[in-house]
Amino acid sequence: MHALTKRGLAALVAGMGISGAALAQKAEVVHWWTSGGESAAVQELAAAYKAAGGTWVDTAISGGDNARNTTINRIAGGNAPTVAQFNTSLQYHEVVLEGMLNNMDAVAKEGNWDKILPEPIKKFVKVDGHYFAMPVNIHNPSWFWYSKAVLAKAGVKAEPQNMTEFFAALDKIKASGAIPLALGGQAWQEGILFNAILHTSGGADLYKQFYSSTDGKVAQSPAFKKVLSDFKRLKGYVDPGSPNRDWNVATAMLISNKAGFQVMGDWAKGEFAVAKQTAGKDFGCFPGWGAKAPYMLEGDVFVFPKSKDPEVIKAQQLFARVATSPAVQVAFNAKKGSIPIRTDVDMGALDICSQQGVAALKDPARHLPAPTQLASPEKKGLLDDAVTKFWNTDQSVDDVAKVLAAALKG
Amino acid sequence: MGQIQHRRPVHWGLHLALLPMAVTAIVGYLATVLWSVGVSFTSSRMFANTNFVGLEQYHKLFASERWQLSVYNLVLFAVLGISICMVLGFLLAVFIDQKIRSESVFRSIFLYPYAMSFVVTGLVWQWMLNPEMGIQSAVRRLGFADFQLDWIVSQDKVMYCIILAAVWQASGLVMAILLAGLRGVDEEIWKAARLDGIPPWRVYVSIVLPMISGAVGTAFILQAIAAIKVYDAVNSMTRGGPGLASEVPAKFILDHLFQRGSIGLASAASVVMLLTVVALLVPYYYLRKHQAAQQGAKA
Repeated sequence: MHALTKRGLAALVAGMGISGAALAQKAEVVHWWTSGGESAAVQELAAAYKAAGGTWVDTAISGGDNARNTTINRIAGGNAPTVAQFNTSLQYHEVVLEGMLNNMDAVAKEGNWDKILPEPIKKFVKVDGHYFAMPVNIHNPSWFWYSKAVLAKAGVKAEPQNMTEFFAALDKIKASGAIPLALGGQAWQEGILFNAILHTSGGADLYKQFYSSTDGKVAQSPAFKKVLSDFKRLKGYVDPGSPNRDWNVATAMLISNKAGFQVMGDWAKGEFAVAKQTAGKDFGCFPGWGAKAPYMLEGDVFVFPKSKDPEVIKAQQLFARVATSPAVQVAFNAKKGSIPIRTDVDMGALDICSQQGVAALKDPARHLPAPTQLASPEKKGLLDDAVTKFWNTDQSVDDVAKVLAAALKG
Repeated sequence: MGQIQHRRPVHWGLHLALLPMAVTAIVGYLATVLWSVGVSFTSSRMFANTNFVGLEQYHKLFASERWQLSVYNLVLFAVLGISICMVLGFLLAVFIDQKIRSESVFRSIFLYPYAMSFVVTGLVWQWMLNPEMGIQSAVRRLGFADFQLDWIVSQDKVMYCIILAAVWQASGLVMAILLAGLRGVDEEIWKAARLDGIPPWRVYVSIVLPMISGAVGTAFILQAIAAIKVYDAVNSMTRGGPGLASEVPAKFILDHLFQRGSIGLASAASVVMLLTVVALLVPYYYLRKHQAAQQGAKA
């Protein structure tokens, strides 16, 4: 019935003479940018694509899991969208291996992607020498945010430079009566906190060893067990209302000066922006200890499901060309809270947090891959299960180390 | 049995009319079930493949701590939730059966929770039970500083919160089904019981309850199936947390199907759930058949 109605409508539209040239570069874009700031950002993309002569068909699906699942089902079912969003990770590599994506080599060559893209991003979009995905932004899911007012009131003068100073700051905030650490007690947020402690307390090397381990030995090492106990120690700084709190509610605790710190991705900036707070004035941000802290690079990409139709390929290539162009990159990322995929654009409009990000992007020694880039979704899921159980129960460090080691072995 | 079957004329028109329904059931239901069973024996991850690995996914499933916990939670949820629902539903039905005034108002009130989606009511429960913004903080602000109601953030007690919400939602349905059964009981039986001086509670327990066993069975099966596939209550109230404390099998399946790209493992888990449902339904089916045969023999 539905299909029939649709076909009827299409016939009607065609009959009215509206269709025609515009249909040539029609791109149906599946994405999960549905919150206020996100949809403002995606409007920038849509407007630029329309200005370049294309027709944008928006298929926004709330929730990354839902959107990715829809894309995969539609690819498997033979009704693929023109363009679809994934994270800069291994998420879509299985789709590449199944031979279900078009590559964007032509656009990449013309846009000189080999040169302009940062190495850690290129690694995930270029598979077997072909560009199977187009990066659109760079997010760091591992930032420390803090309320300047709460820290000042507690007498914390400077950003902590190591774990000891961090705990000292948390103690001071606790003594001042505020909640030291705002945490949304959902497995993925506990995972974000754990990752931050892993690469700050344990260091970038331990972090990389852990997520790329296949024998699990690293999980049993004393250094890693120290990370586990540091992580668990933070539980004493979280309020009892934490379980199942949404991340933006936790951010709101910083905005309303109820809590001191939150560890969350740079999308949290959107919440501060909505509350009319400015980075550096009302809230602060740092990706880790000191100016040379490791900086996690993740983000979003678009993939282009396989099609032999030259019109579809044309639409896909136009999309890739438009979305990676310097002007669109600046406009889009300013609204999205992320940083552009290329460093050869005007960075003047970015806030101090994003500028820290751009500085980190230029220093390859600081680049840190995201967990989803090192471990398969299945393995990452097992690790998340173990971490959330450890955080929420009185499981011992030795015990969880064993479970993590087994999960790494897979 | 042993009787001569009368051959009835075949109504082709009827069969033709039922054909679309049959095709839907066979293709849309049976075929997909068989497909899932097939996938559960493969190494499928994000996409279904045909690399058969035998029972490996089932081994993985039963070795998984999260699955074991999910099954344990489900058993707790089913046993406790269904018992409370049945008892409460029966008492509510008896209460309404007393020919009380404005009966329909009470009936609607009791049935209303069932009419609302758990996606909404679960969120309300979540807020009410949250220690920082719910009942606990409200009572504390009234001056009872020691008042504590933080079950939803507690590892050991979170499942009871979910059971509470589920009972609130489903006991109205049990009431409606049992009330229909009670209304079907012949007035004469009550008159006879009153004549013999039997107390009403005794009539309910020893005479009426066995008479409405069909309705009781239906209510039980509906509850059991709802319990096995419980997902919305957990997802809207706790998302399986804190930690893994309120994980249930349906959530395990959806997470592995959609987030973790493990179709094989998710299918194995669904097959286990399907077998559980079948194990519940088969005895019920035979009981019904047995009852029907007995009634047939009496007639």
